Amino acid sequence: MSTILVRYGEIALKGRNRGQFEQQLQRNLKGALHDLEATITRHHGRFSVHCPDAALQQATMRLRRIFGLVSFSPVYETALDIEAIKEAAAGIVKELPAGNKTFKIMARRSNKEFPYNSPELNQILGAHLLQCYPDLTVKLDDPSFILEVEIGYQNTYLCLERIPGPGGLPVGCSGRALLLLSGGIDSPAAGWLAMKRGLSFEAVHFHSFPFTSKRSQEKAVDLCRKLMLYGHNIPLHQISVTKIQEALRKNCPEDLGVILLRRMMLRLAEKLCELRKLKVLVTGENLGQVASQTLDSIDVISKATRMLILRPLISFDKLEITAIAEKIDTYETSILPYEDCCTLFVPASPVTKPKLAIIERYEQNLDLDFLLEEALETLETQIIK
Amino acid sequence: MKEIYLDNSATTPLYPEVITLMNRVQELTFGNPSAMHEKGIAAEKLINAARRQVAHVLGVSGQEVVFTSGGTEANNLAICGGARRNRKRGNHLITTVFEHPSVLNCFRYLEREGFKVSYLPVNRSGLIDLEMLQYEITLATTLVSIMHVNNEIGTVLPLAAIGQVIKAKNPRTLFHVDAVQSFAKLPLDPERWQADLISCSSHKIHGPKGAGCLWIRKGTQLDPLFHGGGQEMGMRSGTENTTAIAGFGLAAQLSGSAQSDQAATMVALKNAFIKEIEKQGIAFSINGPNPENAAPQILSLAFSGFKAELLLHSLEEKNIYVSAGSACHSRHSKPSHVLKAIGLQDDLLNSSLRFSFSALNSLEDVTLAAHKTAETIRHLKTLINQ
Repeated sequence: MSTILVRYGEIALKGRNRGQFEQQLQRNLKGALHDLEATITRHHGRFSVHCPDAALQQATMRLRRIFGLVSFSPVYETALDIEAIKEAAAGIVKELPAGNKTFKIMARRSNKEFPYNSPELNQILGAHLLQCYPDLTVKLDDPSFILEVEIGYQNTYLCLERIPGPGGLPVGCSGRALLLLSGGIDSPAAGWLAMKRGLSFEAVHFHSFPFTSKRSQEKAVDLCRKLMLYGHNIPLHQISVTKIQEALRKNCPEDLGVILLRRMMLRLAEKLCELRKLKVLVTGENLGQVASQTLDSIDVISKATRMLILRPLISFDKLEITAIAEKIDTYETSILPYEDCCTLFVPASPVTKPKLAIIERYEQNLDLDFLLEEALETLETQIIK
Repeated sequence: MKEIYLDNSATTPLYPEVITLMNRVQELTFGNPSAMHEKGIAAEKLINAARRQVAHVLGVSGQEVVFTSGGTEANNLAICGGARRNRKRGNHLITTVFEHPSVLNCFRYLEREGFKVSYLPVNRSGLIDLEMLQYEITLATTLVSIMHVNNEIGTVLPLAAIGQVIKAKNPRTLFHVDAVQSFAKLPLDPERWQADLISCSSHKIHGPKGAGCLWIRKGTQLDPLFHGGGQEMGMRSGTENTTAIAGFGLAAQLSGSAQSDQAATMVALKNAFIKEIEKQGIAFSINGPNPENAAPQILSLAFSGFKAELLLHSLEEKNIYVSAGSACHSRHSKPSHVLKAIGLQDDLLNSSLRFSFSALNSLEDVTLAAHKTAETIRHLKTLINQ
């Protein structure tokens, strides 16, 4: 069996909610490792994960994606006994590749009943290692390895490396959102950032088959598969807006089409939130990238709903967004050239400063309720897991 | 809603007989064809039977047919293998600009190995200039590769005349024919073409994917692509895909023996399709050759002003399956190099659909498909032209 010690930061600060956060994190750990025969134990401000040796590599890979983790380390476990600790420390150092000549010990005593305090432990263990391996030297500044020793309540943990976690808050502890997932580069990145702050989400993809390829719907599925690795199974809703686009095309000026369509999407999203009991919308909108994302456009579009809309990417540069997409491995999928929802109907010169009054006047010519009902009838939901 | 599949130049549905045979082979004849015991011999027998079936359709002797994983591999083996083997004699190769990517990209790769390649242009019908071909052939020309039927527009190239030009100018130049679109669909005549290498594929004639062949004229030397156990006369190492090859053999026999009837059926389907679209009063133009001169199964139409993807998906919604450009590269959303090569304007380039028929389509379905195509275009017109 291998043991991994898991450290979390921010949630330790959260006062009375702390228990809830820890429970959520434990659930998320359990979910991420469910098929690895792993057991998760909660300690004082730490989790320890026990899994078979063969699963250690896989577990380590998955832990890198669990929000709420500050860092984690594969550890050696031993008893709360100074002789046992000394022996374990010597054993670990013996396994190190040659060339590791300088070191320091970093002891941390969570369990204050242990007879030696941290500085004493540093000294005892340092002296022991120097005695066992005469060619080692202690170096407090930039040593070639650091041996961490953590005195817990049941066990002592020793480790050599800290693998950084992604930080953030455990997915699910901030509530449930609906992500508007277009299939482009931005929306998956927005979803990931929302997860980072503890939101769990369901996703909705608006398609306009036959104006777009069925492959672009598959793309939404593929993107959810990537995002899922950071949290949980994702219910993916697909809604056809073909009929809406046709109605807009027939009744409204071409250059307002995008704004009107986005407003319809928000209305559909709102209805979906009611249905699914979701609190907030998350979009990949980003100030000033394209005509529908000028401040005026965002303003007019968002007035179609009274729901709270989070736009995690609002102030990001394209390069920063691309960097996130690459990091979470959605970039390659996003740039596949299937026509997405808007490209076929994009007018040559879309309006960049729409007026709400004008937009609303055109909407009065449309049977909004009927169009929304008709679109909702095309709703198809699948759980991406 | 009934499905109408008109993308038969991309691939075809399997004959039920082929499926039955393959299931049986899969279950019973699993032996390694190279094995010395009877399990191996049974499999080897099946492969040799398939070889005879395919050879019969090609009108050649069975010993010269090498099974491959499909048309792409056959083209690679013929072109790369032929060019490399004969490199000492010369490093000049000739092909046309509108070949299938599995041919063109071999030549592009060989250019990186230092070969010189002449790409012959084609006219609006997809025909090459024989004088230009004659002019291009030199003593250093070791291989010419020209397709029999173009997969996107259906041009049938005059291979007998082409072969005559090649061999008159340089008898040692190898003549490779990519016959993937014509195998078992048009009469093939390697002797009259003076061809040395012919590529065929199984899945275009209601056989399984994963099988094809290269016919290699006796005495023609090629460098193999794969090195290993020396299967397929040393030209294609690797344990044979007995199941697919047996399926290919049967499909070749079924299609080959009915070739002239099937061709007549497909011509009738194509004409019915054109007639129905005309009757509906839809504006369209035919890309490439006059349908009378084209391959029986291929019809490329341009609907000016309508984006091909849009038409394709709108037809898909009605359970009618066609392709935009050619299926092998239409996912890249790049305009077709074939349509570009025949000089189509940008507008028509992006508004072209390929309808490709098979003898398994019914006249009724094809007429219905034409009717629905017209209907779709009328509907889209109300959205686009306002």
